[in-house]
Amino acid sequence: MTKQVEEKQEVTIVFAGDSGDGIQLTGTQFTNTNALYGNDISTFPNYPAEIRAPQGTLAGVSGFQLKFGSIEVATPGDDCDVLVAMNAAAFKVNIARLKKHGTIIINSDGFNTRDLKLAGYETSPLEDKSLNDYRTIQIDVSKMTRTALIDSGLGKKEIDRSRNMFVLGFLYYMYNRKLEGTIEFIKLKFAKKPELIEANVNVLKAGYNFGDTSEVFTSRYNVKAASLPSGSYRNIMGNQAAALGLIAASQKSGLDLFYGSYPITPASDILHELAKHKNFGVRSFQAEDEIAAMCSVIGASFGGKLGITASSGPGIALKGEAIGLGIMLELPMVIVNVQRGGPSTGLPTKTEQADLLQAYYGRNGEAPMPIVSASTPSDCFSAAYEACRIALEHMTPVFLLSDGYIANGSEPWKFPSTDELPSISPKFVPTKNDDETYLPYKRDENLVRDWALPGMKGYEHRIGGLEKEIDTGNVSYDPENHEKMVKIRAEKIAKIADDIPLQQVNNGAEKGEVLMLSWGSTFGVVKTAVKQCNEKGMAVGHIHLTYLSPFPKNLGDLLKNYEHIIVPEINNGQLVKIIRDQFLVDAKGLNKIKGIPFSTKEIVAAIEQKFELA
Amino acid sequence: MSEILTKPLTAKDFATDQDVRWCPGCGDYSILKQVQSIMPELGRDKEDIVFISGIGCSSRFPYYMNTYGMHSIHGRATAIASGLKISRPELSVWIITGDGDSLSIGGNHLIHMIRRNFDVNVLLFNNEIYGLTKGQYSPTSPEGKVTKSTPIGSLDHPFNPLKLCLGADSTFIARTMDRDPKHQRDVLLQGSKHVGTSMIEIYQNCNVFNDGAFEVFTDKGTKLQETLFLESGKPMIFGADREKAIALDGTTPRVVNIAEANESDLMIHDETNHFQAQVLTSFFDNPKDEGHLPRPFGVFYAEDRYRYEEAMEEQIAFATDKMGKGNLDQLLRGNNVWTVD
Repeated sequence: MTKQVEEKQEVTIVFAGDSGDGIQLTGTQFTNTNALYGNDISTFPNYPAEIRAPQGTLAGVSGFQLKFGSIEVATPGDDCDVLVAMNAAAFKVNIARLKKHGTIIINSDGFNTRDLKLAGYETSPLEDKSLNDYRTIQIDVSKMTRTALIDSGLGKKEIDRSRNMFVLGFLYYMYNRKLEGTIEFIKLKFAKKPELIEANVNVLKAGYNFGDTSEVFTSRYNVKAASLPSGSYRNIMGNQAAALGLIAASQKSGLDLFYGSYPITPASDILHELAKHKNFGVRSFQAEDEIAAMCSVIGASFGGKLGITASSGPGIALKGEAIGLGIMLELPMVIVNVQRGGPSTGLPTKTEQADLLQAYYGRNGEAPMPIVSASTPSDCFSAAYEACRIALEHMTPVFLLSDGYIANGSEPWKFPSTDELPSISPKFVPTKNDDETYLPYKRDENLVRDWALPGMKGYEHRIGGLEKEIDTGNVSYDPENHEKMVKIRAEKIAKIADDIPLQQVNNGAEKGEVLMLSWGSTFGVVKTAVKQCNEKGMAVGHIHLTYLSPFPKNLGDLLKNYEHIIVPEINNGQLVKIIRDQFLVDAKGLNKIKGIPFSTKEIVAAIEQKFELA
Repeated sequence: MSEILTKPLTAKDFATDQDVRWCPGCGDYSILKQVQSIMPELGRDKEDIVFISGIGCSSRFPYYMNTYGMHSIHGRATAIASGLKISRPELSVWIITGDGDSLSIGGNHLIHMIRRNFDVNVLLFNNEIYGLTKGQYSPTSPEGKVTKSTPIGSLDHPFNPLKLCLGADSTFIARTMDRDPKHQRDVLLQGSKHVGTSMIEIYQNCNVFNDGAFEVFTDKGTKLQETLFLESGKPMIFGADREKAIALDGTTPRVVNIAEANESDLMIHDETNHFQAQVLTSFFDNPKDEGHLPRPFGVFYAEDRYRYEEAMEEQIAFATDKMGKGNLDQLLRGNNVWTVD
């Protein structure tokens, strides 16, 4: 039967199931296929900390949210149009996020007595009248899958493992997508197990055909390609983009990349990605602990490599003393913090802009360092590249802040070509005459010292964590010298402001009532909210900071153009403190500390409230 | 090549213009002198040598060596050296550390560096006390040690450093002492020639906070009785008149009088024998105990095992060979690209 095709501008889908149901893989495949159709996309995986939480429980629910559209998509969406629930627990955790009259695709096999009990239901919610507001499509996915594979010769466990492909095929039919991309993926994934290629492809097709032949739909949907700027695109996740940014900086600076790190959620994927690229001269080193990881980077930087480490809040806390040594030595290195909910172990798999104050102040003594932050998954590339550039050209450790939300989220990326990337010039010592003495702490006009590497004849020198005499770098306890050196180190970082772009008003009003001043992963949601408010006629502007230390030189002037400054953050108010401190303005925080990103409506509501009060 | 460049280096070439600031009478002076004296024999240029230290009295050492150097943070010299060695395998890297630095705050990095067997030389200055912080007990201080932090005596059971290193699969362990420059020099040279992590424990007297800790091994009156100098291929003989030797009774070492013993029963020192090295590291008795064994000095054990940094280079070569030299544009492009006109 031929169904009519209905156009949609944007659709938000949540895939939810048990953490063993292959939800992340299903979501990623659906994302990649839509990307190839030219949609703009934003994704948000949300999964439990336990690798295999007890099956069927609320704690074990894994979710993958994505929004794809023919218009600009800057967030993974607030509420969803479609909820795919593989069991009762997944239904319970996510049903509140479904829009009124939205569609629920249910695996009815996941709602048996045991599933209901584990999810805490006394009676099945599917029989509840409250579902009348939604369009519910119930499919016994397990049965369908088993039927499709009845002659496959595979065991029940293996058969059930491909249930996610049935759902994926069904959605491909619903959204008018071809199966080829996913079939190619299956062929690669199971290259060594041809029986599983056949099984998964069969189930994928069975799901698609079920959509076609059943009377479930009266219409299919189509989301046209988005009008993105012209160019070549790929889909990319934040941690992957960060890893590529580091490799790009290594290649462009001509320095091999040394990556020392200790596994920690949600930063480990950077290590996994880098370890794959040893043919780029990447030396990835899994150290015995966070401290060793940081120290190995110091050793590598002393040896002349591009030294990088990454971690998350608890690991960064452990690295603190060694980062201080890096600052004292004035060696280039980058410390990536993929932030998560804190304090202590906190919420490992949940996002939070938890550690800006840690990056600013989390070391003993006066230990300033530059801080760069990434705004979106693909921006992790540019931010990582820029962090390396600043480190190498200004001889300093640099913080790069990302967070769990953008690290695991994905979006289309208009990737650059190598020659489009800015050059990076490491600050190597210029050749000197034999009779000249090398002074390791002699500085140029930017207060940057020269980098001499072991192996360079005539430049033998000793550096260390003790306070150094100006120019010579010899140990010095002289009071005047210490005060000068503290100020020199601070000024050196402050001077980086001369080497970064001036701040732009990213969106909305250049002057007006309200300024939304944001940083990091809130970029997309604040941008979307400000746009909506502008459309309603509110004079609200949006400034989004990439450079958090030092700030762009014109930031103070820009702040004066607005009556009210709101600083939205996924924390209890960190940037807002620094802004108030540095600019003496009455900035107010808008804070959410729930381990999940802001929704657009939360930001819009805060702006509207300001206007009602104003 | 100019004459200056071909002139062989001397110990003096390795001294810096910095005043050496250890307490007068400190055992560190002797070690500095011996290290400077063996440097020319490494056959390396000054610029290819790096000294890295942690924190403690001994960790001032790099400031006095006219090579590349880093005085880092407490306990971490080993971790810093690991990163340097992976990055620059060709450098001659020396780690200067103390009993507190390497065995207490830096214990973790020490054992992990040892198992990875980076080609570095570790000089562990063991004075059985915290000197820089003015006299607290250390992880090698004997039980009951009375110090500022243990006025009624230490409750800690001490580490046996070489046993710990051997337990971490060390490929070279040796012991020497500050008061025997000739022996020290010999052990340092052997350590420098070992390719892999050379662990050299040096008994070093802290004459301010723990004077005489090793006197029984260094004093002329007791040295010959209390020490056993290991010589490769030779029986383990000691005593004022070299009248005693070590024999193995099953797996138990015993002191025997040479005159009364069968020559074939005497233990012959073999650096490649792991079992024997284990036996020797357990010669750790309190010299005050009745029937105690002498304390061995020299190279206990040496073994050839792959070095992490070499394996890393091989892996990079393998990956490059297999995948081709990395092409950045290809990497950025990935495998699923679409074009927007």
